[in-house]
Amino acid sequence: MKKMLSLLLAGVTSMGLAFNTFAEEYITLASTTSTENSGLFDAIVPKFEDATGIKVRVVAVGTGQAFEIARRGDADSLLVHDTSGEQRFIENGHASERADVMYNDFVLIGPADDPARISGTQSATEAFAAIADAEATFTSRGDDSGTNRAELRLWQNAGVDPDGDWYRELGSGMGPTLNTAAAMDAYVMSDRATWVAFGNRQNLTLLFEGDDVLFNQYGSLLLSEDKHPHLKHGLARQWHNWLISDDGQQAIAEFRVKGQQLFFPNAK
Amino acid sequence: MEKNNNAFDVALSLLLNLDASLFQIVALSLQVSILAVLIAAVLGFPLGAAVALWRFPGRGAMIVLLNALMGLPPVVAGLMVYLLLSRAGPLGEWGLLFTPGAMVIAQVVLVLPILAALSRQKVEELLGEYREQFISLGMSRPRMMPTLLWDARFALLTILLAGFGRASAEVGAVMMVGGNIEGVTRVMTTSIVLETGKGNLPLALGLGIVLLFLVMLINAGAYLLGELTRRRTG
Repeated sequence: MKKMLSLLLAGVTSMGLAFNTFAEEYITLASTTSTENSGLFDAIVPKFEDATGIKVRVVAVGTGQAFEIARRGDADSLLVHDTSGEQRFIENGHASERADVMYNDFVLIGPADDPARISGTQSATEAFAAIADAEATFTSRGDDSGTNRAELRLWQNAGVDPDGDWYRELGSGMGPTLNTAAAMDAYVMSDRATWVAFGNRQNLTLLFEGDDVLFNQYGSLLLSEDKHPHLKHGLARQWHNWLISDDGQQAIAEFRVKGQQLFFPNAK
Repeated sequence: MEKNNNAFDVALSLLLNLDASLFQIVALSLQVSILAVLIAAVLGFPLGAAVALWRFPGRGAMIVLLNALMGLPPVVAGLMVYLLLSRAGPLGEWGLLFTPGAMVIAQVVLVLPILAALSRQKVEELLGEYREQFISLGMSRPRMMPTLLWDARFALLTILLAGFGRASAEVGAVMMVGGNIEGVTRVMTTSIVLETGKGNLPLALGLGIVLLFLVMLINAGAYLLGELTRRRTG
């Protein structure tokens, strides 16, 4: 039995080693599905790798889960979009530093015939109130992601407690939620990047955009050296600094999907 | 270029173009699942045979447990292995989280009960047939085990394939402990989830067809192997 166990361990570790050798220096980055699904990392990470020789392994999850992964010390760096959550993360001692990296915006998507008439509204608050008044089907991420947290704040602004048959919490990522909205002909709030890159729109179309409250800021965080001494803090700092450097900011600005710029660099 | 909307065309062009990243994904899927099934077989078949051969207190409970664990949801296996391998967990020092090694461990957890439970049943059946012979030969239980496992080898091959099916088809466990990292831990099933999320449904289904095709190839190979050896040994 002991022999088998050591055999098992040898097999597993040799496998782990085999896959580690060809990427000697790497960091694990916990980030959000919106950045991964839009293809941003495919565009900017190779430029960083060329400049520094450091590989970036992206684990793309919802912002809530990304915080959790970082809190447990399973990622070297964090790139998410929930500024108040990020500040709390620093206050609680999990991260040491935060920097603005880029922004995009949220857009309201819905069926082309727009039964709640939100395309004529003047503000996001009005648009959300119109959806609630009409009790038009709305699909929510419902997964404690950055987008979900922003959406819940917007309902609060509109003075609506989203509840009832028309409000569907899916507990899914942005892409799956858009798939469901397309199938149900429902309203949905999406980040612009995922929407532009999304390939299964069916009857859905962009109905409302441009209100300042739909602004969506992304931040990069460096994790606490005290709490997680084993992490690759030096490499993570190089990544963090590159993101907010002129080269990194330019790489973000140059990323286009279908000719459209999806992320706007705004590091200070 | 005209956008390709037919999943079968997508699957065909994926296979014909031998896309490098697809090749890597397929190779990793096979490596992880085959290694997991082999490790589970080395542990699970002797375990199943031992439960069939020996009488010990709690044996009934053990059999029920093994049978029940055949239905363990992959995402629960993934969560358990995640908590184990996470830096904040007991085996965090190993640094295995988000590596193929972690995916192998999670799949071993999923496949082991299937191999142990089904081989236990098969070996017990055989033991019923062979018991008198064993007694007349004065064979001890540890000596019976290899004989029984060897004579059950064709059934064990089928059980192995059932285990492989479970491993190659699941997505919940490898997604959680592997993280679906491009070029490192991305496998067929996690790519299908990713492409579905991007709304690339034909590509997602095309990948599914490629996966099905591979699993069929492996099953056909195992079937041929079984038939050939059966014929040779009579």
